[in-house]
Amino acid sequence: MAKDKEKILLDAAEREEQSKAKSRKEVNQSFWSLVRHQFKKNKIALAALYVVFFLFTIAILADFLANDRPIMAKYNGTLYFPIFKDYLVGVGLDRWDADLVTADWKELDQQGKLSSTIWPPIKWRSSNQDLVNNTAPPGGNHLLGTDAIGRDVLAGMIHGSRIALSIGFLSMSVAILIGVILGALAGFYGGWVDILISRLIELVITFPTFFLIITVVAMFQAGSIWLVMILIGLTSWPAIARFTRGEFLRVRNMEYVAAATALGLSNRRVIFRHVLPNSLAPVLVTSAFGIAGAILTEAALSFLGFGVPPTIVTWGSVLNDARGNISAWWLAVFPGFAIFISVLAYNLVGDGLRDALDPRLRD
Amino acid sequence: MFQYIVRRILLFIPTLFLITVISFGISRLAPGDPAELKAGVGGEGAMRGNQQLNEQMINQIRAQWHLDKPVWYWTLFSDEKDASGKLKPLSDRLTFKWNGTNNQYQYWLSDLLRLDFGKSFQDNRDVLEKIWERVPITTFLSVISIFLSYIIAIPLGIYSATHQNSRLDKISTVGVFILYSLPSFWLATMAIIFFGGGDFFAWFPNNGLHSMNISPGDPWMTRTLDYFWHLVLPVAAYTYGSFAYLARQMRGSMLEVIRQDYIRTARAKGLSNKMVVYKHALRNSLIPIITIIAYILPSLISGSVIVETIFTIPGVGQLAFQALTARDYPVIMAEFTLSAVLTLLGLLLADILYSVVDPRIAFSKKSS
Repeated sequence: MAKDKEKILLDAAEREEQSKAKSRKEVNQSFWSLVRHQFKKNKIALAALYVVFFLFTIAILADFLANDRPIMAKYNGTLYFPIFKDYLVGVGLDRWDADLVTADWKELDQQGKLSSTIWPPIKWRSSNQDLVNNTAPPGGNHLLGTDAIGRDVLAGMIHGSRIALSIGFLSMSVAILIGVILGALAGFYGGWVDILISRLIELVITFPTFFLIITVVAMFQAGSIWLVMILIGLTSWPAIARFTRGEFLRVRNMEYVAAATALGLSNRRVIFRHVLPNSLAPVLVTSAFGIAGAILTEAALSFLGFGVPPTIVTWGSVLNDARGNISAWWLAVFPGFAIFISVLAYNLVGDGLRDALDPRLRD
Repeated sequence: MFQYIVRRILLFIPTLFLITVISFGISRLAPGDPAELKAGVGGEGAMRGNQQLNEQMINQIRAQWHLDKPVWYWTLFSDEKDASGKLKPLSDRLTFKWNGTNNQYQYWLSDLLRLDFGKSFQDNRDVLEKIWERVPITTFLSVISIFLSYIIAIPLGIYSATHQNSRLDKISTVGVFILYSLPSFWLATMAIIFFGGGDFFAWFPNNGLHSMNISPGDPWMTRTLDYFWHLVLPVAAYTYGSFAYLARQMRGSMLEVIRQDYIRTARAKGLSNKMVVYKHALRNSLIPIITIIAYILPSLISGSVIVETIFTIPGVGQLAFQALTARDYPVIMAEFTLSAVLTLLGLLLADILYSVVDPRIAFSKKSS
């Protein structure tokens, strides 16, 4: 009996010690590590984050995953790394030998002139046309089939991820740049600056965004990715500006800002070093949703045949080809799935971030 | 209240002004001379090959459309040329010249205010007339779609919120989130390929609104059935997005309301669950849902561009797409301006609806 009691007491003490350690740990946690901890508890959001990383990896390694040149090959006794060499040639640091400038490496390989070759998993670049296999169903030479002019769909998917990601990130960078600057100015200075910027925010929010973008892109027919990126960025900053403004208004009157000002720091230093880092959380959430929106907008534009020039293969442009041939189901299923997965992943990450940042949901 | 609405409307004026400037600016900055475009399309056949006559015609069109006048109220750069006939560098041409009201924008705007959007480049028909005859179809689609999305989303949202973490709630939450991220143009294309007579099923027609073998002489019932049969896929593609958004909002709003004190009070005084949910909670949780209609309205226009183009439905969206591919400036500008006005009206409607359904919102004082 006494032993039992002792055990209970010991257990209780141990528990207390543990909970103390836990709370100490929590106190020592910084804001962002708390957020990370909170985010990791959300399994779906975590999975979505891995999908985002996966897409990133594909985009970065696109040239090594789908290319019409080998990664490594021995030709005439010299060892070449054609894809790396292409990069160097591209920036002007290297030069192809005269006989290799227009070489068709696949032909060389077939003729048996190459040895110890390592090919990328997919031997097609997104722009390569397989002249004998157009609109070919999945299988054989082309795992996911080809489009109407014989371009490999899988290569298109892989290289298209670059376009999608760069559209998403660059357009959001434009939006964040404008949104954070204007929002910070409005929130920090208040007064007529605030009134003016708030009016501007209201003005841009009421624009029919998609129609504006599609009109401008269609009018300037020499479509380019940059135009699409900038247009998406120029129309999606108001949400970010609004949140930044709100955060600045909230943070501006906090004691540490007063302390920083009392220490004689310049406004610029107070804004950039003290207020801004504490106001970034909602910007992050908005950007995650914004990236999803930008990818969707670009895909919709390419799908309708506007936006990027026809020589560039994007997920939306492959999907557009499916409209012309309703028997070619592979032209619709795969690119659409790629768009859907990336949009879903960014939306889920945004959702998870929002929940992780919400102190009311913390336990 | 009245004062508030008037003030909102007054606030829309600068936005509208800016939208007309942007719309006008895009059409002027875009490459290609509108007069040449017009002459090229309007003067098929006879005019081709006769350089002089062409030039004459282009000049005529220019004068008629005021394209020979200055673009804006003032000019910042003169078009002074040097001896060789080239334009001088920008810095040398910087001047300020007031042009008065005799400028292109002023003419365009005053036409616009009289609802005169000019004539289409493609068939020389009145733009407003072209748009107007397509409005019924797009409106019909939108009304069906809004109706359907509300009628499904509200009960689903209520059930999800009142049975939080039940199996159906979990399934519907995930399902709604997936639907929300599904691009409508993908779903529509897939629907056509798999159900609209590709290599798979031919359950539904994949374009237009009427079958070839149906004539106006057929019985009323047959024609209506055929019409609705054609509408199934477009309406589905049109609806699911706003439905998913609404269901998410409804669940969130209901969850927030049932945690309020007055709901606990209602439960504490012994009201039945049904009574609490439908009599006390539902009304307040509907407030954000009702006002969302104002945000859905303008999105239906841009949505119609995609869906109507995919299913070749002769609505406003398809007209916009055709105009964009043909660079039919007057139609594009009219559609752009109208969709902007509709967006603004939607926002105004949202504000008014808010004030009607939620008496707690005060309008005279600034809320902050």
